[in-house]
Amino acid sequence: MIDLKSIHKTFNKGKANQVDAIRGVDLAITEKEFLVIVGSNGSGKTTLLNLIAGSILPGSGTVHIDGNDVTKLPDYQRSEWIARVFQNPLSGTAPDLSILDNFRLAAIRTKSKGLSIGINESFKKSVKEKITMLGMGLENKIEQPMGTLSGGQRQALTLLMSIMDSCKVLLLDEPTAALDPRSAEIVMRAADKLTTEFGLTTILITHNLKEAFTYGNRIIQMAEGKIIKDLNKQEKASLKQNDIFDWFA
Amino acid sequence: MDFYLTALLQGFCFSAIALGIYISMKIFNIPDITTDGSYTLGGTVTAVLLTHHLPAFAILPIVIATGALAGSITGIIHTKLKINPLLAGILVMTALYSVNLTLMGRSNIPLLNVSSIFSLINISGDPNHNTFWILLFFVAIVTLIIGYLLKTDFGIAMRATGNSESMIRALGVNTDRMKIIGLALANALTATSGYLMTQFQGFADINMGIGIVIVGLGSVIIAESLINWFKITSVWLSLVLVLSGAVIFQMVLAITLNIGVDANLLKLVTAAFVLLIVSLPRLSFKSSL
Repeated sequence: MIDLKSIHKTFNKGKANQVDAIRGVDLAITEKEFLVIVGSNGSGKTTLLNLIAGSILPGSGTVHIDGNDVTKLPDYQRSEWIARVFQNPLSGTAPDLSILDNFRLAAIRTKSKGLSIGINESFKKSVKEKITMLGMGLENKIEQPMGTLSGGQRQALTLLMSIMDSCKVLLLDEPTAALDPRSAEIVMRAADKLTTEFGLTTILITHNLKEAFTYGNRIIQMAEGKIIKDLNKQEKASLKQNDIFDWFA
Repeated sequence: MDFYLTALLQGFCFSAIALGIYISMKIFNIPDITTDGSYTLGGTVTAVLLTHHLPAFAILPIVIATGALAGSITGIIHTKLKINPLLAGILVMTALYSVNLTLMGRSNIPLLNVSSIFSLINISGDPNHNTFWILLFFVAIVTLIIGYLLKTDFGIAMRATGNSESMIRALGVNTDRMKIIGLALANALTATSGYLMTQFQGFADINMGIGIVIVGLGSVIIAESLINWFKITSVWLSLVLVLSGAVIFQMVLAITLNIGVDANLLKLVTAAFVLLIVSLPRLSFKSSL
């Protein structure tokens, strides 16, 4: 599904503050894989995710998604395949727009935003049905501005928004870092459920090692811009939670 | 009374500018100063073409197109060359001064004995009443178009661009293109104000745009205070409040002049009034603590 070949990325090249964020990464992620990426700060996790999303373009190497060479495509053109949940709950939604407006945009993620009014009664009904799935009681608040909701609620809705339109790849960049433990669990369970139900290929970055242990069917560890550990489904299943702690010792 | 009617009519003329500033400033979060230039540009194009005996209705699309062109140049400078939008606007505004002067050939064009949109239709014998109905109709149409646009999928994407850029890019919108379109739209509206005002006052002047951005800004800020006060989320109501803001602004100026404030101090009063409106919500917030 996603194929990265000898990716390099350097920031501030040639300057005193040069950072070699990614130093030769080869990574093939198969369809319906739930990949967890762990690593200390500055190991290149987020840069790698941004390279897949297209927010930044690689210095060298190629990126393929679903068989298409997307190496030079900007993020808004890769949205055809990719939906994203950001670390900051504010980044994934538009706070001044209503929940309904946010969902409308998500529902036409892969389509052009035309000059017709897309919000009608049947659309409202389908949004309400989807939101009911979360069990947060938000289905009666769809006319409210997104900004009136808590971070956990917004993060859960962002997740739901990703499956409003056809979606193949789900990128989760520390989605629970800003949330309390209970909201974090709701969001992670929802992510897990959507991944299985909709057959998504999911990539999760997390600093929460319990999450890294609980979710996903493959785990990689990054350090200094390289992948230093890569455990497949069987290996991850036989892993103990303490083993992951030891990686950071 | 006629004095206040004139202020109301001026407010109507400025309502397009207010909508333009509302789009650039509130929807896109871009402080756009191209306004001063594109307003004069609208007036200039109108005056030049009217003196060449082009009918007023045929001039309008040309005015809209030139305003949009000015705005999109600011947008391109801002997005493609990554230049601060304030500076991009000032650059285009400065350049437009020469463009306007070249188009006019002199600094002032009076419009005597030429027909305008206000002489196109005769609804009432009183020319001021006639102007009132024509302007009201015009403003209503513009508001309907903008209101509809903001409700469409494209409009929602526009509103999201200024609100959460990371989100809307992830949802497949080219934000650079969106900003260019937004600034083009805002300045097309501004030029339309120049079109109306030139015909209303009967002349175009190279200096007519100086400080005009504050008129739009003041109107939007009045509207915003009301929107925050009454917690309004409806797009339609917000637009109507922006229009009211433009009228209230002109009314306040009219009252100031009427109570005998020196006309030379008008810009000072304008600035002080806008400052008052901006600070009011904060002052009242403090006292409620």
